Amino acid sequence: MTWDGISFEDRMETVEFRVGERPHIVVDSDICRSCTTKACVTACPANLFAPTSDGGILFNYEQCFECGTCYQVCDSDGALSWTYPDGGHGVVFRSG
Amino acid sequence: MTYDVIVVGAGPAGSSAALMAARAGLSVVLLERGPYPGSKNVYGGVVYGRVLDDVLPGWWEEVPVQRWVTRRSTMVLTGTQALTVDFRSGAWGQAPYNGCTTLRSDFDGWLAGKAVEAGAQLVTSTVATGLIREAGRVVGVRTDRPDGDLRATVVIAADGVNSLLAKELGLLPKTDPKHLTLGVKEVLSLPKDVIDERFGVRGEEGVDVEILGCTRGIAGGGFVYTNRDTLSVGVVVSVDGLAKSEVRPEQLVADLKAHPAIAPWVQGAEVKEYSAHLIPEGGYDHLPQLHAPGFLLTGDAAGLCLAAGIWLEGVNFAIGSGLAAGRAAAAHVLGGAELSSYRKDLESSFVLQDHKRLRKAPALVLSDRVQQRYPQLIADLVEGLFTVTNPTAKPGAISLLRGAAKRNGVKLRHLAADGLAGGRTFR
Repeated sequence: MTWDGISFEDRMETVEFRVGERPHIVVDSDICRSCTTKACVTACPANLFAPTSDGGILFNYEQCFECGTCYQVCDSDGALSWTYPDGGHGVVFRSG
Repeated sequence: MTYDVIVVGAGPAGSSAALMAARAGLSVVLLERGPYPGSKNVYGGVVYGRVLDDVLPGWWEEVPVQRWVTRRSTMVLTGTQALTVDFRSGAWGQAPYNGCTTLRSDFDGWLAGKAVEAGAQLVTSTVATGLIREAGRVVGVRTDRPDGDLRATVVIAADGVNSLLAKELGLLPKTDPKHLTLGVKEVLSLPKDVIDERFGVRGEEGVDVEILGCTRGIAGGGFVYTNRDTLSVGVVVSVDGLAKSEVRPEQLVADLKAHPAIAPWVQGAEVKEYSAHLIPEGGYDHLPQLHAPGFLLTGDAAGLCLAAGIWLEGVNFAIGSGLAAGRAAAAHVLGGAELSSYRKDLESSFVLQDHKRLRKAPALVLSDRVQQRYPQLIADLVEGLFTVTNPTAKPGAISLLRGAAKRNGVKLRHLAADGLAGGRTFR
């Protein structure tokens, strides 16, 4: 996916992440299968939610901005458990 | 460990609260979950520093400024048109200044340093994972450090828009997508002299551009701010509207950068950092309860961002509310004053006076007609005024307005009603 001459991968390469061992967001893909909107897939600014062929959601916590958009748009109670990464980990903005 | 005050979050609200509490002689710990203050924070770009005059006299001599905003532009964009209202002031380029662009990793660290100088203890890389409560009162926080429980007389939650602490107490709803917006930003590298030339500024002068009509009808707007040798370019859109649109956020930024009025500014610039953050835009009518026994809520956690069309301010409200929280905590610890004095203090300051006066602004600014109809209507009207139609004689302004309104599906009574509502909202 390319917009504006920069691939999404290159766009995300501009951001520093100090990836922690513990996934701070956990997706219950079983619940996602019954979700018809899957708004997280388009709304997540880091594009971390990928629909799977069986109707579920695959989530990668490693490049998360910790913004909270995913749980704000999630229609399915319990599908997302959302916490902050452990102290000192996660996104590190330099020019926020 | 036991303190008089625990402040959670070393953003502008938290550091201001810690500063005031420490200056009053209290023992204060200031917790920050990132490796340094500002590392989790994103904003558009401008800090209005007047709120600091009393607490940090001469702050402008040392604030880590990128540029002083001496030029403000408000733009209305359509696919192919742009209308700009542009204002410059020489006064804004001299002390005591009006607003400056600054990066949060610089600014938040600077302000946290002021709290530390006043005696607060800053502890970074530490998450407050929950509250400790006894007999209906908050008495401390749990942290993710070993043996990390901390106790205090007052806990000040300055833990941002997602405030998990306020949610734990039930002060904030778990989700509220109708009153939150998502800001998505690119910081773009350009040589300083190129920025000076493209934006018509010199030295430390800078530009603040607010934009309506660039978000594909999703409620929101765009911005361009000049930093020293970077530009901050982005959009702010309703979370609810974004979810329903199925448009990806970075696509909206790409649209903005490709617009014929914006593209010449950003041409050749490289993306230095991409970022995103939520913004609480509900305004006065959706503020949470601001205090509970042993607990104060401040800054974005308290929903205190002013998103009122031509005024888009957050850091100054964070500082104003944080200072008040620090004062309230000190009055409570030292003199036994009720923590409810915090709300009264805010009501008598610009923080809640501005919010109260502009309480109807967020809904009006994000309304369907303002977002989806008026940008095209205004642009059509202006294009009609400036298009020379010879040999046909000039149409009258009223006739142009009627035509533009009709083409854009707006009835004149709606225009009149919205004009009246706007007058009342911004009176």
